[in-house]
Amino acid sequence: MTNSKKELAVAALENGTVIDRIPSEQLFKVVSMLRLDTITDSITIGNNFGSKKIGKKGIIKVADYFFKDEEINKIALIAPQATINVIRDYKVVEKYSITLHDKLCGIIRCNNPKCISNNEPMETVFHVTRREPLEVTCHYCNRPMESHEIEIL
Amino acid sequence: MKKESLVSINDISKEEIIDLLEKAKSFEENPNRRVLEGKVIATLFFEPSTRTRLSFETAVNRLGGRIIGFSDAATSSSSKGESLKDTIMMVSNYVDLIIMRHYLEGAARYASEVSSVPIINAGDGANQHPSQTMLDLYSIYKTQGTLENLNITMVGDLKYGRTVHSLLQAMSHFHPTFHFVAPDELKMPQEYKIFCDEHNIPYYEHREFSEEVINQADILYMTRVQRERFTDLMEYERVKNVYILHNSMLAGSKPNLRVLHPLPRVNEIAYDVDDNPKAYYFQQAKNGLFARQAIICKVLGIDVD
Repeated sequence: MTNSKKELAVAALENGTVIDRIPSEQLFKVVSMLRLDTITDSITIGNNFGSKKIGKKGIIKVADYFFKDEEINKIALIAPQATINVIRDYKVVEKYSITLHDKLCGIIRCNNPKCISNNEPMETVFHVTRREPLEVTCHYCNRPMESHEIEIL
Repeated sequence: MKKESLVSINDISKEEIIDLLEKAKSFEENPNRRVLEGKVIATLFFEPSTRTRLSFETAVNRLGGRIIGFSDAATSSSSKGESLKDTIMMVSNYVDLIIMRHYLEGAARYASEVSSVPIINAGDGANQHPSQTMLDLYSIYKTQGTLENLNITMVGDLKYGRTVHSLLQAMSHFHPTFHFVAPDELKMPQEYKIFCDEHNIPYYEHREFSEEVINQADILYMTRVQRERFTDLMEYERVKNVYILHNSMLAGSKPNLRVLHPLPRVNEIAYDVDDNPKAYYFQQAKNGLFARQAIICKVLGIDVD
């Protein structure tokens, strides 16, 4: 009954979202980025579970909450292999891998202090210029940034 | 013709570049035309640049347009803390075209998104300066009769030099061969070498500024090696005289070779080169006038023959 033991490790969800397959070292970044500390619904956070695909993984289960598109885009920046499971009435009604949009608006801060986006009250815009390894380029100053340089707003 | 801003040389196609070159040629034959009669054009220089501003303002004047603007942010409302957006919104109420230079990178792109009239980027920090690139292209086209299959040798500061990066990208349409001559600290950045690889453009890197390199060039594009770019001043002292062009070094060069420089020069081209017919940097600056006349007409959708 190894399967049921695995399931017991985290409580079952009636309605809500499970973010699965988050690399362990990125788990708490995802938690803080999504500002899950401010959510009042019940949350289960698990880490360092074994994963065949990525070694060690983290899982986040949020009851009665469904992530918006821009939140999923943010997750894609730091945990591109994560999957989203939408649960309704204890059943997975939707399961999908995260994909990063080609254009990211208002998500990343440009690391060029001389960029107009850091000096005007305006929304930042980035283009994904390479996916593996990730590189995004500022729409305004054209500075490219790799994933370790990315600061999420 | 459609009205469109010109923010980056990468925004325009090969065909548009060729069209601009043809128009520049036509303006050189006849620079005084009153096609901007009744139009008001703003030159907003948030950072002083006398050379570029005078060139643009001469272009407007020779086309019969009128100019408003400022030549230094200290005399504009941005010194009172007004945002760029508000300045652009206000000025675009008054004029038909805004020509702007700004110390912040991406400023012209942002301005083009909030403005109701076209924007010409006259330089945004270390980012883009498309009219400089157009005058470089026009100078090459005019002196070589073509832009195709040329040997372009770039010398000096290839790391921070915005003009060489834009020229490299613009020339990529025309099957060039590049030679990059620079000290290790100022080498052509990796991203531009990747760009060359992706476009199947051959390039060769040299640390030595030798006659062998000069003798195969069609265009020698010189840039300034600035002391403040070096982290190691010993290194600067060692290389500062290595990338200077003297007249004697041109003895075995090709007859069609021309020496270009975006100016201002400090000491990277010795004064004895000036009298050599292959020295082209002063005419190059003059070509800026015609290239800018062509750009102004393009963004305003004015057709000229």
